[in-house]
Amino acid sequence: MPTANTTMNVREVAPRVRVIDISGEITSFSEKEISTAHEAAADGGVDAVVLNFEGLEYMNSGGIGLLVTTLIRAQRSGHRLMAYGLTDHYSQIFSLTRLDEAIEIFDDETAALAAV
Amino acid sequence: MTEPRNSKSWAQPVDAFHVGEVAEGARKGNVEGRKPTGPLQGFGQLWQKTYEVRVPGPTPEELIATWKAKFGDFWPDYNKFYAPAGGISPGEVAVIGGGKGPAKVTTGVRVIYADDRSWSYMTPEGHPWAAIITFSAHEGEDGSTVARIHLLVRANDPLYEVSFKLFTSRMEDKIWNHTLTQVASHYGVEEPVVETTVLRVDKKRQWGQFSNIYKNSAVRTMLRRDR
Repeated sequence: MPTANTTMNVREVAPRVRVIDISGEITSFSEKEISTAHEAAADGGVDAVVLNFEGLEYMNSGGIGLLVTTLIRAQRSGHRLMAYGLTDHYSQIFSLTRLDEAIEIFDDETAALAAV
Repeated sequence: MTEPRNSKSWAQPVDAFHVGEVAEGARKGNVEGRKPTGPLQGFGQLWQKTYEVRVPGPTPEELIATWKAKFGDFWPDYNKFYAPAGGISPGEVAVIGGGKGPAKVTTGVRVIYADDRSWSYMTPEGHPWAAIITFSAHEGEDGSTVARIHLLVRANDPLYEVSFKLFTSRMEDKIWNHTLTQVASHYGVEEPVVETTVLRVDKKRQWGQFSNIYKNSAVRTMLRRDR
């Protein structure tokens, strides 16, 4: 099976708020990386997990599916899933797939943290 | 930042489906003007279903090109796929007619993504599923090409949720098993083996989406309001 060129880094930016910095690609082959990163970000209980898409280079429809399942995991865990750093192109894709109705989208990290 | 290499593979967002030129006989009434729905908008439990078959011979790109061109031919006889004139390309809308028994329905799908190794559909309001359905091909570990269908799907309303449990989930499994068997047989595979993986992603039902029932395409088809 092909592997995805994906890197995810988790950092704590405020009490009970963690950011996942996404670099590279999100495709259906990124499942392990995104689920491991989300698990680490939610570990111990958080109010919000924020996805940073500034380093995103490529995403196909398989990647959208992974974001949907990540959102459901967040809802099950009782924390919010937020996002920032989307280019106009990826903002359109969130609108196309109606992900923008469920994942809160912000211009930058400061705006996202202010909304927690 | 430069545009990603697949930016032209995505459709533009739309508020509603618009059916372009499709084959004669297609009933557009359950598709035209309907809002797109994905797995976040449906009513029922959220399921992830994956079907795979190994196909030695073609490259993933060759397999996907053939699959796109013959998509309707690989379906069971009781389902009719009215392909859009523009083929399976981003933004195109296809009309579907068929099913059997209580699951008879006319509906459609919109191509939200298409490249040379995959494409995805999103469904309209009233479709049995609020779903993103992805068809793809990739290199398997044994050197053969793996054809895959991946569904992220909720029943769109309470009626469909009941029928999903009783009937249509199994029917759907049969449709996609048949499809992949046909794809593999096209390339000369004898007795292809389709592997199926089913995962319940969310056991909760979204009661806020109860009113989706008013757009139920199966009911409208039964009442002949799908023209």
